[in-house]
Amino acid sequence: MSNTPADLKYAKSHEWVKTLPDGTLLIGITDHAQAALGDLVFVETPKVGRVLAAGEACCVVESVKAASDVYAPVAGTVIEANTRLGENPELVNDAPYEAGWLWKLQPANPADVDGLLDAAGYVASLA
Amino acid sequence: MAHAAEPLNPPAVDAPRAQPMVSPLSPVEPLIFEIGREGRSAVAQRPVSTVTVNLPDALRRKVPPALPQVSELQAVRHYTRLSKLNFSIDTHFYPLGSCTMKYNPRACNTLAMLPGFLGRHPLAPDAQSQGFLACMYELQEILKDVTGMAGVSLTPMAGAQGEFAGVAMIRAYHRARNDLARTEILVPDAAHGTNPATATMLGLTVREIPTNAEGDVDLERLAAVLGPQTAGIMLTNPSTLGVFERSIAKIAKLVHDAGGLLYYDGANLNAILGEVRPGDMGFDVIHMNLHKTFSTPHGGGGPGAGAVGVSERLLPFMPIPLVGKTTESYRWLGEQDLPQTIGRLSAFMGNAGVLLRAYVYARLLGREGMQRVAEFATLNANYLQARLRERGFDLAFPTRRATHEFIVTLKRDKQQYELTATDIAKRLLDYGYHAPTVYFPLLVPECLLIEPTETEDKETLDAFVEALCAIRDEAKTDIAKLKGAPYSMPVRRLDDVRAARQLDIRYVAPAGSAR
Repeated sequence: MSNTPADLKYAKSHEWVKTLPDGTLLIGITDHAQAALGDLVFVETPKVGRVLAAGEACCVVESVKAASDVYAPVAGTVIEANTRLGENPELVNDAPYEAGWLWKLQPANPADVDGLLDAAGYVASLA
Repeated sequence: MAHAAEPLNPPAVDAPRAQPMVSPLSPVEPLIFEIGREGRSAVAQRPVSTVTVNLPDALRRKVPPALPQVSELQAVRHYTRLSKLNFSIDTHFYPLGSCTMKYNPRACNTLAMLPGFLGRHPLAPDAQSQGFLACMYELQEILKDVTGMAGVSLTPMAGAQGEFAGVAMIRAYHRARNDLARTEILVPDAAHGTNPATATMLGLTVREIPTNAEGDVDLERLAAVLGPQTAGIMLTNPSTLGVFERSIAKIAKLVHDAGGLLYYDGANLNAILGEVRPGDMGFDVIHMNLHKTFSTPHGGGGPGAGAVGVSERLLPFMPIPLVGKTTESYRWLGEQDLPQTIGRLSAFMGNAGVLLRAYVYARLLGREGMQRVAEFATLNANYLQARLRERGFDLAFPTRRATHEFIVTLKRDKQQYELTATDIAKRLLDYGYHAPTVYFPLLVPECLLIEPTETEDKETLDAFVEALCAIRDEAKTDIAKLKGAPYSMPVRRLDDVRAARQLDIRYVAPAGSAR
């Protein structure tokens, strides 16, 4: 069974969101998503400074099976991208909630995060 | 052989139990650089030194190129051995969904290679190309008739270029009307990846339309996103889900009413050939993969031919050159004939050899034969689908009739015995079958997209069913064995992840070698 930490928020489109102490958001794809994709061979993270609308496709993850878009769970500005993934896309498979994070977002409206799913809600959406 | 007692519809009899090949691995053929010897060369390949005599010194290379140095016989044996390692339609059943790997009649090859065709220079004047031009003109006419379109251009070099030409025409149409806000192309989530790629290449924005549980486009969601920004929609019908889009008439009306155009991705044309025409469904533009549907050996990356057909309103925008007919003769049509053309897609007129094969194929079939292609393709797919369902395989769309292809999902088999689509694909090689398409379409987990085509016989289909059942039985008792398959091929299971992450296909001559 895939791992879905209780302290994170989730989007139906398989992204997780972690609110950091400074109010910025760390975003990645879930364990379920990485398992479904299989071994990643390429990750294209969004450019720093890019302004994202909620639901906007902004990142590409490519596995041996398929290339998929990753969507912005909430609106905001990209303030950092995980540059390690360029050389080591497998970090997303190995540690989707830690070293495999994709980008850091300054949310347009921090309250938007409350509208996302909790762990139980996300697991229910997979059924 | 007695012919008497054969009933018209013999009951399904199981083919003999399938057995995997157990022969030891064949040795891998070395690279041609690894055989041969310094200074050796094939007589047939020896350079003609007189040709280069007038080259200025500055342009002459100082070091000879690092070419293989083998005798003629070594070269012949090398390539013959390599060809024997091939898994191809000429040697094996190749049910690769969405690819139409049908048998290509030898007659198409033979006639396309008549000396008059082979020797014709692409710049030969019209007067000296009348035979070739007549064939191309007639092919345009045949394709118009088969697809129900008003015009056909044969010039795109491949399916992807046909798509590009098609969407470029949609864009040109809106621009010519000064309808500049139409920048959005709608694409169903089941579409071929080339569809959104094409739209993006042309600077249009892609919007995805969801598919409902039965495999049809979700009409409500479609209606909700149509508007003055809609340039068009790209559809495959039958879709990549192996089902016929039943709401196509409604979709056409919705899109046309909103001012958009309909693009038909011809990847699955084999299923409807001669039965129903994209033009009659309401499509404005279609590309055809002539190399698939109209018979050219393909699958190794080319050559292809992606002819496009258009409705009345897109006629002025067709890519050039076309072939026109005057009362007495044929001639190339260019920019002076179609001032609004989207232009040329290649230096000449596409892949002449593939177009000739398509022409011969169409003439061999005739109108009636064309229809039988679709009928036998769908009959074979439905037979295979019914047999597999009977033997306990899960269908992705159990309520739907198959078109020329259908989808089996191994979701349950994966949960029960960790049997994945990859395992089946690899193990099938040991049983003498090329794998079906796996993991496409992306919507269906652990899927096999199976397309038997019209050229396979019942015995082959029955034997394929037995092979799939035998593999599933193996999975129940020894899944570890399947994870290591294939065992009888020149190479074992490849590390596809490493191959993608550390792609390295250079040949580096060993130290101390002459090269």
